[in-house]
Amino acid sequence: MSDPASLSATVAGADAMAPALSGPRGPKPRRRFSRRNVFIYGTLIVVALYYLLPLYVMIVTSLKGMPEIRLGNIFAPPVEITFQPWVKAWAEACTGLNCDGLSRGFWNSVRITVPSVILSIAIASVNGYALANWRFKGADMFFTILIFGAFIPYQVMLYPLVILLREMGIYGTLTGLVLVHSIFGMPILTLLFRNYFTSLPEELFKAARVDGAGFWQIYLQIMLPMSLPIFVVAMILQVTGIWNDFLFGVVYTKPDLYPMTVQLNNIVNSVQGVKEYNVNMAATLLTGLVPLVIYFVSGKLFVRGIAAGAVKG
Amino acid sequence: MDPSISIKNLKLSFGAVEVLHDLNLDIGKGEFLVLLGSSGCGKSTLLNCIAGLLDVTDGQVHIGGKNVTWEEPSKRGIGMVFQSYALYPQMTVEGNLAFGLKNAKIPKAEIKERIARAAKTLQMEPLLKRKPAALSGGQRQRVAIGRALVRDVEVFLFDEPLSNLDAKLRADLRVEIKQLHQTLGNTMIYVTHDQIEAMTLADRIAIMRGGSILQLDSPKEIYNRPATKYVAEFIGSPTMNFLDGRVEGGAAPRFVSDVASFDLKGYEFATASPEPCDAWFGIRPEHIITGPEAGNAPVKLNGQVELVEPLGSDTLTRVSAAGQRLWVRMDGQADITPGQTLPLGLNPALANIFHKTTEARL
Repeated sequence: MSDPASLSATVAGADAMAPALSGPRGPKPRRRFSRRNVFIYGTLIVVALYYLLPLYVMIVTSLKGMPEIRLGNIFAPPVEITFQPWVKAWAEACTGLNCDGLSRGFWNSVRITVPSVILSIAIASVNGYALANWRFKGADMFFTILIFGAFIPYQVMLYPLVILLREMGIYGTLTGLVLVHSIFGMPILTLLFRNYFTSLPEELFKAARVDGAGFWQIYLQIMLPMSLPIFVVAMILQVTGIWNDFLFGVVYTKPDLYPMTVQLNNIVNSVQGVKEYNVNMAATLLTGLVPLVIYFVSGKLFVRGIAAGAVKG
Repeated sequence: MDPSISIKNLKLSFGAVEVLHDLNLDIGKGEFLVLLGSSGCGKSTLLNCIAGLLDVTDGQVHIGGKNVTWEEPSKRGIGMVFQSYALYPQMTVEGNLAFGLKNAKIPKAEIKERIARAAKTLQMEPLLKRKPAALSGGQRQRVAIGRALVRDVEVFLFDEPLSNLDAKLRADLRVEIKQLHQTLGNTMIYVTHDQIEAMTLADRIAIMRGGSILQLDSPKEIYNRPATKYVAEFIGSPTMNFLDGRVEGGAAPRFVSDVASFDLKGYEFATASPEPCDAWFGIRPEHIITGPEAGNAPVKLNGQVELVEPLGSDTLTRVSAAGQRLWVRMDGQADITPGQTLPLGLNPALANIFHKTTEARL
């Protein structure tokens, strides 16, 4: 090592020479059309087109009149834009005896989804909180049984549940279906909430206990305000799951109360008369609209919540 | 003096694993007790038992003369400060302070008054309307202390409160806690693994290991007369030096080793005439005399300097003498280079001798 005086002299010298630096300097320049970029973006664009094409065909077809559809150019944009198929799908299409379109099914689905989502999330979040923080006797056993429930195929439970609902006198009613949806959402939602609540600092819970807060107070005043992301995740899972459900809807309700998905199937698969492709497309788009909107509105929170819940198992 | 907290035959097991073994501990009113130990020794567990956050397997906890073994944490008359601050993130500082008081159904006016008083004591009046996220680490911990303060309790429990702070803040807040204790005169139990915090804050230190208390004494006593070799190693930085050798018994005991053999005149043995046995001769780095005074020390030896660590205020030097390594704390201005020979002096009166197998102080 040289002595301090000459060291500081070198530093000052380097400073003065700075503008005259030669050779590579600063960020490395990148070619926009490198082989790598072309490959990555090319693949992404092809895949995106592949997935978006059916949606495009559906939208385009739903806006055409039947004569135009019969020409057979399914990729061509509509010459004459008409919203008649949408109106028909929503308000006039016939399923069975009713000819009031999908609107009936839509409201049925709303009446099924809203209470099911609220009920299942309310119960599951308290379950998860109790399992994560209060560690009552037999908690692990309870949790294992609950998780095991997630792996039993639905088909096994279909008929026993029919009998159970019949005995309770709510078979074929919306109440019955709401109950079924809430029960089937329980294992996965409880797991989700339990994992999220275990990831919250335990000392927070202890501090609240020292401060004299009880079971519900800690849940409502401390835990709930911190758990918005996981509630959004649970809500999205449940809304899309229940809205898209077909099996339970067809098994546990009767035609007047069929959810939108079942009604859609009945419209699209009706064997009488002409196949109205434009109405079918419009009806399908209408049915898929709700989950789509939910994803768009809460996508960011969804990712945050999933990431938060996944940290600890 | 009546004990403020007394722990009687406390046992705690998690399943088959016994974490705390039959603990007995009395803490006087206004005393500052530090539970010190490396991680996993049960110190935080013991604190959680006192707070009532863990159910004990056996034994009793008395606080303020009342048996609170079955009481809820909030009913025990304690305030607690956590390592991670544990502030409620969605509430303002004021909300955090008020939460426990609202739960206790204390009238609004009094809540306001208590918060104002705590804020004044801890100098955090400008922070009251802020959320914890908008506070620095030191401010957060101050709020956490405030939350214990407003509860107007007899006993404060601290669970490694300074471990998440940087070195400078830690030193500042340590002073504040000591000041707070002097002002309030509450009983405080403080868990830490930091020996400096323990030495500076405590009236008494309980050194724990494997769920038992090894030694419970004043910092000075623990420093000067550690009961076991573990305690001696745990307290003091750099750690105590140990010379491997033998104690030859009799009325005039001697220590015999490869490095030096010498009379143990001035050393206070636990028993009048110790049995001869293999032993460690422990001497702290700051008790090894160097320089011209070394010649006057009762025991003289020569060491080869291996390594020098200048700290500014002191210089730590590692020397080797007959194959055994010793750390020596010297003056910061000492001019030492590796390789040179250093005359050293020891005074057996300042040493601690431990049995080789039982590791207890002789």
